Amino acid sequence: MTSIVAVLQHREGKLHRMSLEAIAAAQQLAALSGGKASAILLGSGISEVAALVAASDLAGVRVVDHPLLADYTPGGYVAALAGLFASGAPDIVLFPHTYQTVEYLPRLAFAIGGGIVPEALSFEMDGSEIVWKRPILEGKMHARVRAKGSGPILASLQSGAFSAEGRKPGQTAIENVSVDLATAATWREILGVEQMGGDTVDLTKADIIVAVGRGVGGADKLGPIEELARALKAEVGASRPVIDSGWLPRDRQIGSSGQTVSPKLYLALGISGAIQHLVGMKGSTCIVAVNKDAGAPIFKIANYGIVGDLHEVVPAMLAALAAS
Amino acid sequence: MKIVVCIKQVPETDKRLRVATDGRWIDEAELSFAINESDEVALEQGLQLAEKHGGEVVVVSLGPERVRESLRKALAMGAARAIHLRHEAFAGGDAIATGRALAAAIRREGCDIVLTGSQSDDNGFGATGTLIAAELGWPHAWLVMGIEVEEGARTFKVTREMESGLSEVFRLTLPAVLEVQAGLNHPRYASLKGIMSAKKKEISEPTPADLGLADGQVGQAGSRLEVLSVAFPESSAGAQIFEGDGAAAQLIAKLKNEARVIS
Repeated sequence: MTSIVAVLQHREGKLHRMSLEAIAAAQQLAALSGGKASAILLGSGISEVAALVAASDLAGVRVVDHPLLADYTPGGYVAALAGLFASGAPDIVLFPHTYQTVEYLPRLAFAIGGGIVPEALSFEMDGSEIVWKRPILEGKMHARVRAKGSGPILASLQSGAFSAEGRKPGQTAIENVSVDLATAATWREILGVEQMGGDTVDLTKADIIVAVGRGVGGADKLGPIEELARALKAEVGASRPVIDSGWLPRDRQIGSSGQTVSPKLYLALGISGAIQHLVGMKGSTCIVAVNKDAGAPIFKIANYGIVGDLHEVVPAMLAALAAS
Repeated sequence: MKIVVCIKQVPETDKRLRVATDGRWIDEAELSFAINESDEVALEQGLQLAEKHGGEVVVVSLGPERVRESLRKALAMGAARAIHLRHEAFAGGDAIATGRALAAAIRREGCDIVLTGSQSDDNGFGATGTLIAAELGWPHAWLVMGIEVEEGARTFKVTREMESGLSEVFRLTLPAVLEVQAGLNHPRYASLKGIMSAKKKEISEPTPADLGLADGQVGQAGSRLEVLSVAFPESSAGAQIFEGDGAAAQLIAKLKNEARVIS
């Protein structure tokens, strides 16, 4: 029987939203493959988080509670999971595809001789084998992949690929497991956590957001964009490349490393729609995309679109607004 | 301070993409190639560290003949030497096989720091640098946003990006692998002098055997992930697209009267 384990993420007593998605995915994969799904939590003093996880239909919830795991470190997490799997590794290990997971998953795979399926969007069975779908070329295309060779498969699940609402509730026993971490190296001495740039602009409260991407071409070309934002009483937001280039301050950034917004209207101008941006705005009620590239992923989630140069489209929109 | 920077050459995808005849990758025939964005940022970071603290930068890349052009660019920007893993046995690897090959080349070269990008723009595994660290048994950090060399140049204060606009600051002891995020710096342009001197710089081409590896340990044969096919995402309902001169006016009318999101 296929054994499937979801390794879950939490922070400051709260379960990460994508941990619920990983539980749902583990349950679905168990049903599909005729296997059983369980969950693992690592941390220190995490009984409340464990109780949340245990309210799911799972074959078990294992908790490794250790002072070394109070803060995430790649060394601590790899040692704890490799130690846990030493007495029998699962066939499939699922993770939320977060910045935390991506940092240590490959090292765990190396330690336990596993294969890696990064950023899975879906899975299907082909006979007894699992075929995974994952994005390539910054989401412009998808690849169907399978793991080969023996050993566990470690797959991280893209944000939103599985719905947390699909999680089947239940009541599962919590098992506290001790792992010897006496010789584990954390590989880093944590000095602190900082807020990047400081959130002086709260974009989450805006009804309308005019967001620009790399396609705007430079800080000196933002004039018409700001004019459009004024005309619509909107806030100006941006995708990561705009911030990295210094064209707008970091508190305007929308996406996985910036703010998550869901306004009534989201205008994506010159934004191609990399997943890191989409996760921060796909909950918007109405999405408009303007992009030169008709194949840009942003058009897949937009309600309305114009294929064209934003430097021509924005003045035309201003003219249309003035005329109406 | 000896620094190895791993770079990948990736296709530029602003052109129309086509699926290759074998269905497993894109047709590369009409595409142009460039150094992966975050790898170029890693190279710039390496050059700055070497300039400030002394030492040299050696650049390593795995890929076919075309990769030579990117290595020449890296040499023109200031790298001292290049290692090109172009033997056909290295080709078609996943992050595990590619990480193994790059780590073997780095082990043979010897260095204090490995710098590379966090993720490639084509396969996007986000795992290769971490696997290099695992192979070498060195500490690593992924999604690095800041690097500060501490006194004695044996430790680094590293800022790493977390979700929701937070970043974590921690100390790492060398030797280490740092996988940087685009945006850490703005890579320099090669000077004319740099371009001229690059022509005389060495590009070595070790085989798997030279690195102590069997052909079966690298490339497609050494991989744990197999690509069955690639395709464009199925189009969902998709956007209602407006075209031509009246497109902007049509859009504004729709936003007012159909979506009713502006007044």
